[in-house]
Amino acid sequence: MRTLQGEQSVSVLARSYPMSFAAVQKHVAVLERAGLVTKRRRGREQLVQGNVLTLRSVLGLLEQFEAMWRSRIERIDEILAEESDEGDTK
Amino acid sequence: MTVTSIRKDPAALSMTITTEFDSPIGRVWQLWENPRQLERWWGPPTYPATVVDHDLTPGGKVSYFMTGPDGGQSRGYWRVLAVDAPYRLDFENGFADDDGSPNPNMPVMVIQVVLTDRPDGGTRMAIETTFPSPDAMTQILSMGIEEGMTLAVSQIDGIL
Repeated sequence: MRTLQGEQSVSVLARSYPMSFAAVQKHVAVLERAGLVTKRRRGREQLVQGNVLTLRSVLGLLEQFEAMWRSRIERIDEILAEESDEGDTK
Repeated sequence: MTVTSIRKDPAALSMTITTEFDSPIGRVWQLWENPRQLERWWGPPTYPATVVDHDLTPGGKVSYFMTGPDGGQSRGYWRVLAVDAPYRLDFENGFADDDGSPNPNMPVMVIQVVLTDRPDGGTRMAIETTFPSPDAMTQILSMGIEEGMTLAVSQIDGIL
């Protein structure tokens, strides 16, 4: 996540990762749609900048979904535990 | 707690939670396949789910409503994308209108469930949830807080 430290051009990024220019560009497009980076043009260059705030907030949001699934799995554990108390169902 | 790993991928807007159970795979599959089992864990005790339609075939629909302490109901649905019992279930999960039809103004998340046999007779279950956008996540969470599915931020801080 080099783009969090400042703007980077797509071609420089492509050189620093074992990826083709097209692959990096595709990756950047995905991140851009998710609001995790912003892109602007400077002449023939495309500059990418990471969006720290969005990245943090997405992680925070994912944490809340984690809590939701954890409580669902706790309930599943209770259902399965009830049965093993009643006798081995295997 | 049987949760063994959590993988959050902010770039893909997805989260995978992996769990290990001692129960055999057929038993764990029942939690999804049997509507009476599903309604025991899908909603929290304060907002229990009642499953209405339950068609686990590709293109099939599962519909449910959740009833709150004040008697208020909120409806949701699954649209089944792929099924391979007892190993795999992919579906879209969204919010529904009062008549049970999908609400097109509300975001839809994609949930992929993969069950794997363990050599010792137990089962590994991986559930991946993918969201269409950060805004959609916020919207789903605000509904979830209303339904007691997710905790308000202040409650989470209390736990941590």
